[in-house]
Amino acid sequence: MIKKQYSLTVCQGTGCISGGAEDIFSSLEDEIDRLNLGEGIRIKRTGCHGFCQRGPLVVVDPETSSGLFYSKVAPGDVSDIIQSFLPGGKPVERLFYRDPASSKPIPNYHDIPFYRKQERIVLRNCGHIDPEDIDDYLATGGYQALRKALFEMTPEQIIAEVKQSGLRGLGGAGFPAGRKWEATFRAGGNEKYVICNADEGDPGAFQDRSVLEADPHSVLEGMVIAGYAVGARRGFIYVRAEYPLAVKRLRIAITQARDKGFLGRDILGSGFGFDIEIFRGAGAFVCGESTALVLSIEGKRGMPKPLPRPRTAEVGLWGKPTLLNNVKTFANIPLIIVRGSEWFASRGTETSKGTAIFSLTGKVANCGLIEVPMGTRLREIIFDIGGGVPGGKAFKAVQTGGPSGGCIPASLLDMPVDFDSLTAAGSMMGSGGMVVMDEDTCMVDVARYFLDFTQRESCGQCIPCRVGTKQMFSVLDDITTGQGRPEDIDLLLELGESVAGTSLCALGQTAPNPVLTTIRYFRDEYEAHIHEKRCPAGVCQALVSKTPSLSKREGEGDK
Amino acid sequence: MDRRKGERKELISLLQETQTELGYLPKGAMQEIACFLGIKAVEVWGVATFYNQFRLVPLGKHPVKVCMGTACHLARGRLILEALERELDIKVGETAEDGNFSLERVACIGCCMLAPVVVIGDRIHPKMTPFKVEEALIPYKILTKQAS
Repeated sequence: MIKKQYSLTVCQGTGCISGGAEDIFSSLEDEIDRLNLGEGIRIKRTGCHGFCQRGPLVVVDPETSSGLFYSKVAPGDVSDIIQSFLPGGKPVERLFYRDPASSKPIPNYHDIPFYRKQERIVLRNCGHIDPEDIDDYLATGGYQALRKALFEMTPEQIIAEVKQSGLRGLGGAGFPAGRKWEATFRAGGNEKYVICNADEGDPGAFQDRSVLEADPHSVLEGMVIAGYAVGARRGFIYVRAEYPLAVKRLRIAITQARDKGFLGRDILGSGFGFDIEIFRGAGAFVCGESTALVLSIEGKRGMPKPLPRPRTAEVGLWGKPTLLNNVKTFANIPLIIVRGSEWFASRGTETSKGTAIFSLTGKVANCGLIEVPMGTRLREIIFDIGGGVPGGKAFKAVQTGGPSGGCIPASLLDMPVDFDSLTAAGSMMGSGGMVVMDEDTCMVDVARYFLDFTQRESCGQCIPCRVGTKQMFSVLDDITTGQGRPEDIDLLLELGESVAGTSLCALGQTAPNPVLTTIRYFRDEYEAHIHEKRCPAGVCQALVSKTPSLSKREGEGDK
Repeated sequence: MDRRKGERKELISLLQETQTELGYLPKGAMQEIACFLGIKAVEVWGVATFYNQFRLVPLGKHPVKVCMGTACHLARGRLILEALERELDIKVGETAEDGNFSLERVACIGCCMLAPVVVIGDRIHPKMTPFKVEEALIPYKILTKQAS
């Protein structure tokens, strides 16, 4: 029999499930039953650990300093894992994570550089608790913030706390959360709404999905506190259609929260009532914009309302004051309430407090979900946590902010990452996508890719966006197919300026960013495509045959 | 519709349920929904054509979705799409004549670390290559053969 008590967690995030994590969980369970070890080994499902690239993941005793991290677990490894707990058993070395540079095994969960350099606040419970079991969330101190808010604080005090924390909306634009809360609080009327924006439409971003899948209760708790603070009694979570697992786990979480009295008519006997409904989006990028999202919940086409217009905080859903925040913004709230605004504001930079969450993907060794204090340098994120570019390739650029953001070159790698520095570099925080590009990436092709996306997703009501993005796309298409003309770069700059300056909503206003930043930092690549009919990275198919391998090397240089 | 109140805000979820049930949105169903909600059929049509999720033609029995997110694009997702077009002998956006497969592109399914990704039915297939595409389709092809 086993002397010690072990805890075994099996990641059940979308990434690990696609690698067969569900089968691994049931095989582990069967094996524990078969050997009658149920008393010694506690097994549970968790949400995403963030290190999806190494999945399926199994972690032994994650809460202890000696926690073991098993990566790329296959059904054939199950019996060895269980045997390792028996007397005389040894850890399964072949499943250890290996440092990509030295290929040394790193057995300990907490020693892996990917995790060690992070500071997980919003992701605090991700990978640690069972998202389908409210008791697990309660055991970590869950819903204590709600108790404190309801019984020890007035709405004004809560709003003051959120304001003082300096929390900015983590959906992209970075609007101070406290000011939004205050505006909704001050807006008249006794019917108000709280909406959680989980319409994560940016290609290359998945942190909202991961939080909802791994820790849905923290979002629900944040929303109930928000409801109490601004005076709303109903909340909606607008979830993307492409996230079925997130919807499933949210449904379970809402039911459990109702059963325990954290949602419903009279929450914890405080007299305050609040309930949450899930609204499944139907796939439209523009619905991330607040007025479009509101129209979508009303059952209409999600087309942003023209300016000037009252703010959603004053006239929102069905014309009522509505507080709309992103998933991660709500997930921060319980901690700000429990630990206080000072604790929160001690992280980050002067103007961006707290942490930033990125979906680190593309040409980087350790892809996954990461959380770092605002102000962390790009180099630390990409090289220390991300492990750099694999295959000995040279780093070329990092794209942040999805279709609304831009490409940042190697020369800016020492830039601290926060809302304002990214904007100054011509990019933006956006929803937190961070896609690393190496020497084999063609920057003109990347610009074309994003414009292809925005011109498809343009809702079509204003001309600069509908026609402008299409025009920009066709110019880029010409350049990548060898039809580029010398005047095209100036044409793109001019078009970009008018689209950015005259579009009605943020989709159009930011759509030119991928083009403008790639011209700003990688103009030579545009010139090679146009003047020499050559794609230096060897990506653009129409130009590939004209790219001798020697000139490709020279063309790359030391970018 | 029995569980519904006939409110305007139910339109999108009604369309979603109809599509889940029937695989697409037939004209008759949209007209019925319009009557039920007391709105013009053209409004239903407007919403159905605005959102990417809705199909006006039936999907295949095994719908194939190719992710075209940024990470998948960098990982040459385009080649996967082309391989699927060849393998299924249909173009993106089409449904095969026998109704077994359909092929569409999606913006991002949020599994970027597994790029390039293909979804067949409900299953996510990670790190695809043109060769693995062929392999991934085999079980579905066997299924359709058995059915016929």
